Amino acid sequence: MSIFKNADGKSVLLKMVKGIQENKAYLGEVDGLIGDGDHGMNMNKGFSLFEERFKDKEFSFSEGLDDLGTILFNEIGGSMGPIYGNILMGMAEAGEDLEEIGVADLAAMLENGLKELQDIVEAQVGDKTLVDTLSPAVDVLKAAGGSGKDYKEALEEMKAAAEKGRDSTKDMVAKFGRSSRLGERSRGVLDAGATSCCIILTAMADGIIELL
Amino acid sequence: MQRIMNNPDVIVDEMLKGFLKAHSDIVEATENPRVIKAKDIPEGKVGVITGGGSGHKPAFVGYCGKNLCDAVAVGEICSSPTAAAFLDAAKAADQGKGVACLYGNYSGDNMNVKMAVKMAKKAGITVKTVVANDDVASAPKDQREKRRGVAGEVLMWKVGGAKAAQGGDLDEVIAAAQKAIDHTRSVGIGLTPCTLPAVGHPNFEIKDGTMEVGIGHHGEPGIEVCELETADQMAKRMVDVVVPDYPFAEGDEVVVLVSGLGATPVMELYVLYDEIDRLLAEKGIKTHKAYVGNYFTSMEMMGATLTIMKLDDELKELIDMPANSMGLKQF
Repeated sequence: MSIFKNADGKSVLLKMVKGIQENKAYLGEVDGLIGDGDHGMNMNKGFSLFEERFKDKEFSFSEGLDDLGTILFNEIGGSMGPIYGNILMGMAEAGEDLEEIGVADLAAMLENGLKELQDIVEAQVGDKTLVDTLSPAVDVLKAAGGSGKDYKEALEEMKAAAEKGRDSTKDMVAKFGRSSRLGERSRGVLDAGATSCCIILTAMADGIIELL
Repeated sequence: MQRIMNNPDVIVDEMLKGFLKAHSDIVEATENPRVIKAKDIPEGKVGVITGGGSGHKPAFVGYCGKNLCDAVAVGEICSSPTAAAFLDAAKAADQGKGVACLYGNYSGDNMNVKMAVKMAKKAGITVKTVVANDDVASAPKDQREKRRGVAGEVLMWKVGGAKAAQGGDLDEVIAAAQKAIDHTRSVGIGLTPCTLPAVGHPNFEIKDGTMEVGIGHHGEPGIEVCELETADQMAKRMVDVVVPDYPFAEGDEVVVLVSGLGATPVMELYVLYDEIDRLLAEKGIKTHKAYVGNYFTSMEMMGATLTIMKLDDELKELIDMPANSMGLKQF
């Protein structure tokens, strides 16, 4: 199929939650190398709060993104609260009127998430942040939407682009966030935000593929 | 990990409950469990707020009180408060004269404050900000805007709070607080790491017998790791980093603040201060007022920070005004 129904999106959100929960310890380890080690904990707290409050309720893909983003924004704080809050709420905003979500729609949602993020942070590709994961994922999906590529194929390409973007942060020197204070000492380690962003995008893609 | 706690996930909430009970003569709760406010705020003044991650006691809640901050937003350990908490702190402090948000230069705080300022504007509250960046070791001088805020924030709150208490308007309060931080420089030396209770082990290492010069309040690496030195040698290192950066010079009148990082005995801070004072006097720098104690800590880290602020007539008057909070009492 070339679309999924926005109303069917609950399973996608729950898959994203699971992705974070399963990687709590791993994200903590990645963050511990050049950050303060609480990234897995904070992300898990926010995503699990969402699960707790909404798992027995009905919600669409865009509503779920908005609720999850709001929880991260209002209740988690730190850096990741506003960062993921803005991304997820930005995605939700671009998708709230859609009944069916095709590749180009999903690309537009992700792109709006990235835009909302860049309203509050100046990070660009190459700065060793989650923008390095998100931005190429948006690009690939946009291109796929424009060329009318098969949905599953487009999502697999997006996953690959996100992974490649995540891995590219390893050789970068951090320019934003706490690790930017390390300068050269931040090289050689994955960025924790780029890593969690890849987990979320991958889970989202896998969740959507199940609906196709 | 030898800690006094029940459940690390709610340690901040439990700490706040105890704090509000112990200091009920100075502070009170608000509707937002992560915002506290000062009691009996004088009517008609500009609001002064701050906020930051927990684990730095007395910062940040310890500077909520008379002639200091009117409301404080509280984050998780070493993690910025939410934008909603900063917004609610602004609402708690606003009396229609605007609110000065005086906080430290960390990416999370920057983002959450930025969003809170936007949301406050929609709610009809003008919030202006000053971002503390006194930590010399965190970036070169030509990139001062990247430097972290550390113990110099205490002096920024003291000055900003006093200016608001004198009846200064929002721009005057902001200007005074900005001047305070612009005239302030700090550096830290860490002797042991600190541990997030929910993580359970330190996420960085300082080997026994070594020390880290320029370490940040969350263990951000400093400028040099070297062998543990005597207190006098540490004092010289700190003075040699802080003094030339501003630069403080002969004839200057200054405030000196020496803060422990949490686990260093206060006794040792006085040993350090004795030599700092001697070194400054030798340079012809006159100490108008000194603060020595645990003013801005980093959980159970051992070590200390040195902060120096150059005074002019206005800053001197504001620093000398009385204040009453858990972290700073001056009569």
